[in-house]
Amino acid sequence: MSAKKPLRVGQLIEKNIKWLFPLPTGVFIFLMMIFPVLYTFYVSLTDWDMISGGLISFIGLDNYINLLKDPRFFNAVKLTLYFTVLAVGVEVILGVFIALVLNRDFRGKNIVKLFLLLPMVATPVAIGLAWTLFYEPTIGLGNYGLKLLGLPPSQWLGSKAMVIPALALVDIWEWTPMITLIVLAGLASLPQESFEAAFVDGASRFQIIRYVTLPLLRPTILIALILRCIDALKTFDIIYVMTTGGPGFASETLNIYAYNLSFNYFRFGAASAALVALFTLVLACNLIVLWMRKTYEM
Amino acid sequence: MKEVASREMWRLKTESRIKWKEIGWYLMVIIITIPFIFPLIWILTAAFKTQAQIIASPPLWIFKPTLNNFKSVFMEQNFARFLWNSSVVAVASTVLSLLLGLPAAYSISRYNQRALGVFILVARLMPGISFLIPWYILFSKIRLVDTFTALIASHMLVGLPLIVWIMLNHFDGIPRELEESARVDGCSIQNAFFRIVLPISGPGIITATTLSFLFSWNNFMFSLVLSTNRTKTLPIAIYNFVSYAEVSWGNVMAAAVVIITPAIILTMIFQRYVIKGLTMGAVKG
Repeated sequence: MSAKKPLRVGQLIEKNIKWLFPLPTGVFIFLMMIFPVLYTFYVSLTDWDMISGGLISFIGLDNYINLLKDPRFFNAVKLTLYFTVLAVGVEVILGVFIALVLNRDFRGKNIVKLFLLLPMVATPVAIGLAWTLFYEPTIGLGNYGLKLLGLPPSQWLGSKAMVIPALALVDIWEWTPMITLIVLAGLASLPQESFEAAFVDGASRFQIIRYVTLPLLRPTILIALILRCIDALKTFDIIYVMTTGGPGFASETLNIYAYNLSFNYFRFGAASAALVALFTLVLACNLIVLWMRKTYEM
Repeated sequence: MKEVASREMWRLKTESRIKWKEIGWYLMVIIITIPFIFPLIWILTAAFKTQAQIIASPPLWIFKPTLNNFKSVFMEQNFARFLWNSSVVAVASTVLSLLLGLPAAYSISRYNQRALGVFILVARLMPGISFLIPWYILFSKIRLVDTFTALIASHMLVGLPLIVWIMLNHFDGIPRELEESARVDGCSIQNAFFRIVLPISGPGIITATTLSFLFSWNNFMFSLVLSTNRTKTLPIAIYNFVSYAEVSWGNVMAAAVVIITPAIILTMIFQRYVIKGLTMGAVKG
């Protein structure tokens, strides 16, 4: 009897393995993600804030209407897009260029790759603080560098015009290598015949890059670009640590706006509406990626 | 004789031209690499400087290093404690994510449960902040704010989808025949998974584990809301430095070195896997 029991348990597990294996993950995802998201939708339809305390009343779409009336919200949408386009645009151009330069065998290639990897894995909070010091107007390296170049000093994070480009530069420093590494991997998988054919036809190196390499790389670059966009839209650590959205609201992106509404003003209802707006934006980007993967069969 | 000499000259000339081209190319690689590594080197040197040396202009490159910043970070700021907290959260959330994620990824791969796969993908791509309000409210209600449980669970929402996603790709690449031949020999599915599939999944597991650990180690947003004094992790501890009126930059940089070094060492050891993990979403998947 007791000898048979483990066998039966084993069979029972085997029979239901389709359910047993993914069940814990499914439950976890439901509790920690799906339920919270549904809850956010629900809260976004109420007037819940610190003042109302336990008394929550259902107010329909009022939070969304107020959101659309709030200039801070539009400012946040605008800044989120500005930051993303600026950072990702430079990252893609620079990243592809660096990948094309590094695309050959050479001694020390691994160490160069390691150096490129470090900005990505270094803790963003620590990085943000170091850059805060670089940007310090009186003692920072930034203005020292400008002085060396004979340029007037900048207020960097203190200036409403400079703050987004300054933050984007940190993002560029962190994430250009990701584009480079993705494109390098893409380059390694390209068919060699097309290059040989172009070479035999007497194409110059520049022509090969322009007319053979880049067109072949287009799907890889596109996917890298969109992956970066999704992450850049969500940037939080660097901006929160370096400016908390300031000066004024000059660097208050959607993420920071939603955070401030929730945990500085404790206006959970209004913040939830902003969050729904944010994840609609991000999910829309994701759908584009999924659709593109299907179209390009990647 | 003359002809040989001129041919020899021509050979030398081309060789030196190639050599110069090589040197120019290496120079370009160095120029490209320096900006990426410079801020990290700067952080490292600043950690050993006094406040006056840090804010010196022009920047000092030669100075007498001091360990005072590290002393202050560990003695006065209690960083050993935060180092411990960060390690507990990163290790626990990664191990638990592996326990949950490995079987799930296997099942999604073998039984084509793509619906669950899509939810996992959405979890990976959702802005983390969208979970914070509900988590905060719910964890407060069940009195879990300021516990490691809440913090670990929140970090798992980063680690688990990552692990499932990486392992799903990995399992898809393992031929089913391997398990089927074991099944013919009377091996159960779960045994085939544990004894045959997992042992040959080393590279995938290393990639998934390293990235999950790194993301937890570096996580700021979740810990900012869900941790307080008792469970404070390193990113929150260093962030608290700058809330004082006068920032001690030496301490900040020493703390930065303490936080970044484990991440860098891990990356150096598992470089190949980290690159694979970070780029796989784009090239395949």
